[in-house]
Amino acid sequence: MAEEERGHVEAHHHDHHHEVAPENRDVEETGHYELMATAIRELLVEKGVVTPEQIREQLEFMDSRGPALGAEIVAKAWTDPAFRERLLDDGTAAVGELGIPMAGTELVVVENTPDTHNMIVCTLCSCYPRTILGLPPDWYKSKSYRSRAVIEPRAVLEEFGTTVADDVTVRVHDSNADMRYLVLPMQPEGTESWDAERLAGIVTRDCMVGVALPDASG
Amino acid sequence: MSAETPEERRFEVGDEVRVALSHPPGHRRTPFYIRGKTGVVERYCGAFRNPEELAYGFDGEPRRHLYRVRFRQHDIWDGYDGPEQDTLDLEIYQHWLERA
Repeated sequence: MAEEERGHVEAHHHDHHHEVAPENRDVEETGHYELMATAIRELLVEKGVVTPEQIREQLEFMDSRGPALGAEIVAKAWTDPAFRERLLDDGTAAVGELGIPMAGTELVVVENTPDTHNMIVCTLCSCYPRTILGLPPDWYKSKSYRSRAVIEPRAVLEEFGTTVADDVTVRVHDSNADMRYLVLPMQPEGTESWDAERLAGIVTRDCMVGVALPDASG
Repeated sequence: MSAETPEERRFEVGDEVRVALSHPPGHRRTPFYIRGKTGVVERYCGAFRNPEELAYGFDGEPRRHLYRVRFRQHDIWDGYDGPEQDTLDLEIYQHWLERA
Protein backbone atom coordinates (compact mmCIF):
# COMPACT_ATOMS: atom_id res chain seq x y z
CA MET A 1 0.00 0.00 0.00
CA ALA A 2 2.69 2.46 1.03
CA GLU A 3 4.65 1.50 -2.08
CA GLU A 4 1.65 2.28 -4.27
CA GLU A 5 1.12 5.63 -2.59
CA ARG A 6 4.72 6.61 -3.09
CA GLY A 7 4.50 5.53 -6.68
CA HIS A 8 1.38 7.61 -7.14
CA VAL A 9 2.96 10.67 -5.58
CA GLU A 10 6.02 10.32 -7.78
CA ALA A 11 3.86 9.98 -10.88
CA HIS A 12 1.96 13.05 -9.83
CA HIS A 13 5.17 15.03 -9.38
CA HIS A 14 6.31 13.90 -12.77
CA ASP A 15 3.11 15.08 -14.45
CA HIS A 16 3.14 18.31 -12.49
CA HIS A 17 6.63 19.07 -13.70
CA HIS A 18 5.45 18.83 -17.27
CA GLU A 19 2.41 20.97 -16.63
CA VAL A 20 4.52 23.97 -15.59
CA ALA A 21 7.18 23.60 -18.29
CA PRO A 22 7.70 27.03 -19.91
CA GLU A 23 6.71 25.91 -23.41
CA ASN A 24 3.30 24.74 -22.18
CA ARG A 25 2.75 27.85 -20.10
CA ASP A 26 3.42 30.14 -23.07
CA VAL A 27 1.06 28.36 -25.40
CA GLU A 28 -1.76 27.21 -23.17
CA GLU A 29 -2.03 29.43 -20.11
CA THR A 30 -2.95 33.04 -19.68
CA GLY A 31 -0.54 34.67 -17.25
CA HIS A 32 -1.64 36.19 -13.96
CA TYR A 33 -0.96 39.79 -15.00
CA GLU A 34 -2.59 39.34 -18.37
CA LEU A 35 -5.72 38.05 -16.65
CA MET A 36 -5.67 40.94 -14.19
CA ALA A 37 -5.28 43.47 -17.03
CA THR A 38 -8.16 41.93 -18.94
CA ALA A 39 -10.37 41.86 -15.84
CA ILE A 40 -9.65 45.53 -15.07
CA ARG A 41 -10.29 46.54 -18.69
CA GLU A 42 -13.62 44.71 -18.70
CA LEU A 43 -14.64 46.31 -15.41
CA LEU A 44 -13.73 49.80 -16.66
CA VAL A 45 -15.89 49.24 -19.73
CA GLU A 46 -18.72 47.71 -17.70
CA LYS A 47 -18.78 50.69 -15.32
CA GLY A 48 -18.69 53.18 -18.18
CA VAL A 49 -15.28 54.67 -17.28
CA VAL A 50 -13.92 54.05 -20.77
CA THR A 51 -15.49 52.78 -23.96
CA PRO A 52 -14.08 50.01 -26.14
CA GLU A 53 -13.79 52.65 -28.86
CA GLN A 54 -11.51 54.78 -26.66
CA ILE A 55 -9.32 51.77 -25.92
CA ARG A 56 -9.07 50.96 -29.62
CA GLU A 57 -8.22 54.59 -30.45
CA GLN A 58 -5.48 54.60 -27.81
CA LEU A 59 -3.99 51.38 -29.23
CA GLU A 60 -4.09 52.92 -32.68
CA PHE A 61 -2.38 56.06 -31.36
CA MET A 62 0.40 54.05 -29.70
CA ASP A 63 0.90 51.99 -32.85
CA SER A 64 1.38 55.22 -34.79
CA ARG A 65 4.24 56.34 -32.49
CA GLY A 66 7.81 55.30 -33.23
CA PRO A 67 11.46 56.43 -33.37
CA ALA A 68 10.87 58.11 -36.76
CA LEU A 69 9.13 60.95 -34.89
CA GLY A 70 12.15 61.42 -32.63
CA ALA A 71 14.47 61.34 -35.63
CA GLU A 72 12.39 64.06 -37.29
CA ILE A 73 12.70 66.22 -34.15
CA VAL A 74 16.48 65.73 -33.96
CA ALA A 75 17.02 66.43 -37.68
CA LYS A 76 14.90 69.58 -37.40
CA ALA A 77 17.02 70.73 -34.43
CA TRP A 78 20.23 70.10 -36.41
CA THR A 79 19.05 72.12 -39.40
CA ASP A 80 17.11 74.89 -37.64
CA PRO A 81 19.08 76.65 -34.84
CA ALA A 82 16.05 78.63 -33.64
CA PHE A 83 14.01 75.43 -33.28
CA ARG A 84 16.92 73.78 -31.47
CA GLU A 85 16.92 76.61 -28.94
CA ARG A 86 13.18 76.33 -28.39
CA LEU A 87 13.48 72.54 -28.08
CA LEU A 88 16.09 72.78 -25.33
CA ASP A 89 14.16 75.54 -23.59
CA ASP A 90 10.71 73.91 -23.61
CA GLY A 91 10.63 70.46 -25.21
CA THR A 92 6.88 69.96 -24.83
CA ALA A 93 6.02 73.19 -26.66
CA ALA A 94 8.65 72.70 -29.37
CA VAL A 95 7.52 69.18 -30.36
CA GLY A 96 3.95 70.50 -30.24
CA GLU A 97 4.92 72.84 -33.09
CA LEU A 98 5.60 69.72 -35.17
CA GLY A 99 2.20 68.33 -34.24
CA ILE A 100 3.66 65.76 -31.83
CA PRO A 101 1.68 65.62 -28.56
CA MET A 102 3.26 64.63 -25.21
CA ALA A 103 -0.14 63.45 -23.95
CA GLY A 104 0.07 64.56 -20.34
CA THR A 105 3.79 64.33 -19.66
CA GLU A 106 6.47 67.01 -20.03
CA LEU A 107 9.43 66.63 -22.38
CA VAL A 108 12.95 67.61 -21.40
CA VAL A 109 15.51 67.48 -24.21
CA VAL A 110 19.11 67.07 -23.09
CA GLU A 111 21.90 67.95 -25.46
CA ASN A 112 25.10 66.01 -26.04
CA THR A 113 28.13 68.30 -26.39
CA PRO A 114 31.88 67.71 -26.78
CA ASP A 115 31.99 67.87 -22.94
CA THR A 116 28.86 65.94 -21.95
CA HIS A 117 27.22 62.66 -22.90
CA ASN A 118 23.64 62.07 -21.70
CA MET A 119 21.84 58.78 -21.18
CA ILE A 120 18.31 58.01 -20.01
CA VAL A 121 16.99 55.34 -17.66
CA CYS A 122 13.96 54.88 -15.45
CA THR A 123 15.05 52.99 -12.34
CA LEU A 124 11.56 52.80 -10.84
CA CYS A 125 9.71 51.31 -13.81
CA SER A 126 10.06 52.05 -17.52
CA CYS A 127 9.12 55.70 -18.10
CA TYR A 128 10.03 56.50 -21.68
CA PRO A 129 8.99 59.20 -24.17
CA ARG A 130 6.44 56.85 -25.74
CA THR A 131 4.63 59.52 -27.73
CA ILE A 132 7.94 60.24 -29.50
CA LEU A 133 9.76 56.91 -29.60
CA GLY A 134 6.91 54.40 -29.35
CA LEU A 135 7.13 51.45 -26.99
CA PRO A 136 10.45 50.97 -25.15
CA PRO A 137 12.70 48.05 -26.10
CA ASP A 138 12.84 45.09 -23.70
CA TRP A 139 16.36 45.93 -22.55
CA TYR A 140 15.21 49.37 -21.39
CA LYS A 141 12.67 47.69 -19.11
CA SER A 142 15.08 45.02 -17.81
CA LYS A 143 16.17 45.13 -14.18
CA SER A 144 19.73 44.81 -15.37
CA TYR A 145 19.68 48.02 -17.44
CA ARG A 146 17.63 49.88 -14.85
CA SER A 147 20.09 49.19 -12.05
CA ARG A 148 23.39 49.21 -13.94
CA ALA A 149 22.73 52.40 -15.94
CA VAL A 150 22.91 54.42 -12.72
CA ILE A 151 25.66 52.44 -10.97
CA GLU A 152 28.07 51.78 -13.85
CA PRO A 153 26.87 53.80 -16.86
CA ARG A 154 30.21 53.68 -18.65
CA ALA A 155 30.33 49.89 -18.54
CA VAL A 156 26.77 49.74 -19.92
CA LEU A 157 27.68 52.20 -22.69
CA GLU A 158 30.68 50.03 -23.60
CA GLU A 159 28.35 47.05 -24.01
CA PHE A 160 26.35 49.11 -26.50
CA GLY A 161 29.61 49.82 -28.33
CA THR A 162 29.76 53.40 -27.08
CA THR A 163 33.02 54.57 -25.55
CA VAL A 164 32.94 57.90 -23.76
CA ALA A 165 36.36 59.51 -23.14
CA ASP A 166 37.42 60.09 -19.53
CA ASP A 167 37.45 63.88 -19.96
CA VAL A 168 33.79 63.84 -21.06
CA THR A 169 31.09 63.94 -18.36
CA VAL A 170 28.61 61.08 -18.40
CA ARG A 171 25.30 62.48 -17.19
CA VAL A 172 22.66 59.89 -16.38
CA HIS A 173 19.04 61.01 -16.19
CA ASP A 174 16.78 58.92 -14.00
CA SER A 175 13.30 59.49 -15.40
CA ASN A 176 11.64 58.85 -12.04
CA ALA A 177 8.66 61.25 -11.94
CA ASP A 178 6.71 63.51 -14.30
CA MET A 179 9.29 64.43 -16.97
CA ARG A 180 10.21 62.41 -20.05
CA TYR A 181 13.65 62.73 -21.63
CA LEU A 182 15.06 62.74 -25.12
CA VAL A 183 18.78 62.97 -25.93
CA LEU A 184 19.72 65.40 -28.69
CA PRO A 185 22.85 63.76 -30.12
CA MET A 186 25.69 65.73 -31.70
CA GLN A 187 25.45 65.99 -35.47
CA PRO A 188 28.26 63.87 -36.95
CA GLU A 189 31.03 65.64 -38.83
CA GLY A 190 30.71 65.52 -42.60
CA THR A 191 26.89 65.75 -42.62
CA GLU A 192 26.71 69.56 -42.71
CA SER A 193 25.36 69.58 -46.28
CA TRP A 194 22.70 66.90 -45.66
CA ASP A 195 19.03 67.84 -45.66
CA ALA A 196 16.74 67.06 -42.73
CA GLU A 197 15.30 63.91 -44.31
CA ARG A 198 18.72 62.36 -44.90
CA LEU A 199 19.86 63.36 -41.41
CA ALA A 200 16.80 61.74 -39.85
CA GLY A 201 17.92 58.48 -41.43
CA ILE A 202 20.96 58.21 -39.14
CA VAL A 203 19.14 59.09 -35.89
CA THR A 204 18.27 55.78 -34.27
CA ARG A 205 16.20 55.04 -31.19
CA ASP A 206 19.33 54.12 -29.21
CA CYS A 207 20.94 57.49 -30.06
CA MET A 208 17.94 59.26 -28.54
CA VAL A 209 18.08 57.14 -25.36
CA GLY A 210 21.78 57.99 -25.22
CA VAL A 211 23.31 54.52 -25.44
CA ALA A 212 24.60 54.98 -29.00
CA LEU A 213 25.90 57.71 -31.31
CA PRO A 214 24.68 58.52 -34.83
CA ASP A 215 26.81 56.90 -37.49
CA ALA A 216 27.15 58.78 -40.78
CA SER A 217 29.61 56.33 -42.34
CA GLY A 218 26.97 53.93 -43.68
CA MET B 1 -3.36 70.73 -13.80
CA SER B 2 -5.92 72.13 -11.38
CA ALA B 3 -6.52 75.74 -10.44
CA GLU B 4 -5.78 75.17 -6.75
CA THR B 5 -2.70 77.04 -5.50
CA PRO B 6 0.27 74.75 -5.03
CA GLU B 7 2.30 74.66 -1.82
CA GLU B 8 4.88 77.41 -1.29
CA ARG B 9 8.06 77.02 -3.31
CA ARG B 10 11.20 76.77 -1.17
CA PHE B 11 14.16 76.15 -3.52
CA GLU B 12 15.87 77.87 -6.44
CA VAL B 13 18.24 76.66 -9.13
CA GLY B 14 21.72 76.33 -7.64
CA ASP B 15 20.54 75.55 -4.09
CA GLU B 16 22.31 72.71 -2.33
CA VAL B 17 19.74 70.20 -1.08
CA ARG B 18 19.67 66.91 0.77
CA VAL B 19 17.14 64.18 0.07
CA ALA B 20 15.38 63.00 3.21
CA LEU B 21 16.74 59.74 4.61
CA SER B 22 13.28 58.40 5.23
CA HIS B 23 11.59 55.10 4.48
CA PRO B 24 7.83 55.58 4.58
CA PRO B 25 5.75 52.68 3.30
CA GLY B 26 3.72 53.00 0.11
CA HIS B 27 4.15 54.18 -3.45
CA ARG B 28 7.11 56.64 -3.50
CA ARG B 29 8.83 58.37 -6.38
CA THR B 30 12.15 58.87 -4.61
CA PRO B 31 14.39 55.88 -5.34
CA PHE B 32 16.05 54.31 -2.30
CA TYR B 33 19.55 54.84 -3.68
CA ILE B 34 19.26 58.63 -3.56
CA ARG B 35 17.78 58.99 -0.07
CA GLY B 36 20.13 60.86 2.28
CA LYS B 37 22.30 62.13 -0.60
CA THR B 38 23.21 65.77 -1.29
CA GLY B 39 23.00 67.47 -4.68
CA VAL B 40 22.29 70.80 -6.39
CA VAL B 41 18.98 71.98 -7.89
CA GLU B 42 19.50 71.97 -11.66
CA ARG B 43 16.05 73.14 -12.76
CA TYR B 44 12.55 73.71 -11.53
CA CYS B 45 10.12 71.36 -13.31
CA GLY B 46 6.77 72.81 -12.20
CA ALA B 47 4.04 71.86 -9.74
CA PHE B 48 2.30 68.51 -10.11
CA ARG B 49 -0.39 66.65 -8.29
CA ASN B 50 1.35 64.48 -5.70
CA PRO B 51 1.77 61.02 -7.28
CA GLU B 52 2.24 59.47 -3.85
CA GLU B 53 -1.40 60.30 -3.11
CA LEU B 54 -2.78 59.88 -6.63
CA ALA B 55 -1.60 56.27 -6.38
CA TYR B 56 -4.21 55.68 -3.68
CA GLY B 57 -7.12 57.48 -5.32
CA PHE B 58 -6.71 60.87 -3.57
CA ASP B 59 -6.76 64.06 -5.65
CA GLY B 60 -3.04 64.81 -5.05
CA GLU B 61 -3.81 68.40 -3.99
CA PRO B 62 -2.19 70.73 -3.19
CA ARG B 63 0.22 70.35 -6.07
CA ARG B 64 3.84 69.70 -5.14
CA HIS B 65 6.90 71.46 -6.56
CA LEU B 66 9.18 69.18 -8.51
CA TYR B 67 12.89 69.84 -8.94
CA ARG B 68 15.57 68.31 -11.08
CA VAL B 69 18.50 67.67 -8.73
CA ARG B 70 22.03 66.89 -9.91
CA PHE B 71 24.26 64.59 -7.87
CA ARG B 72 27.92 63.65 -8.27
CA GLN B 73 28.16 59.92 -8.95
CA HIS B 74 31.01 59.70 -6.43
CA ASP B 75 28.66 61.15 -3.77
CA ILE B 76 26.08 58.45 -4.48
CA TRP B 77 28.12 55.28 -4.83
CA ASP B 78 31.11 54.15 -2.81
CA GLY B 79 33.75 53.12 -5.30
CA TYR B 80 32.05 54.57 -8.41
CA ASP B 81 34.25 53.41 -11.26
CA GLY B 82 34.38 56.55 -13.39
CA PRO B 83 35.83 60.06 -13.51
CA GLU B 84 35.13 62.68 -10.82
CA GLN B 85 32.87 64.81 -12.99
CA ASP B 86 30.21 62.19 -13.83
CA THR B 87 26.74 63.08 -12.62
CA LEU B 88 23.24 61.74 -12.20
CA ASP B 89 20.08 63.86 -12.42
CA LEU B 90 16.71 62.93 -11.04
CA GLU B 91 13.38 64.47 -10.13
CA ILE B 92 12.64 65.01 -6.46
CA TYR B 93 9.45 66.45 -4.98
CA GLN B 94 9.92 69.35 -2.58
CA HIS B 95 8.57 67.46 0.44
CA TRP B 96 11.54 65.08 0.12
CA LEU B 97 14.10 67.90 0.14
CA GLU B 98 15.81 69.84 2.91
CA ARG B 99 18.43 72.58 2.68
CA ALA B 100 21.92 71.05 2.87
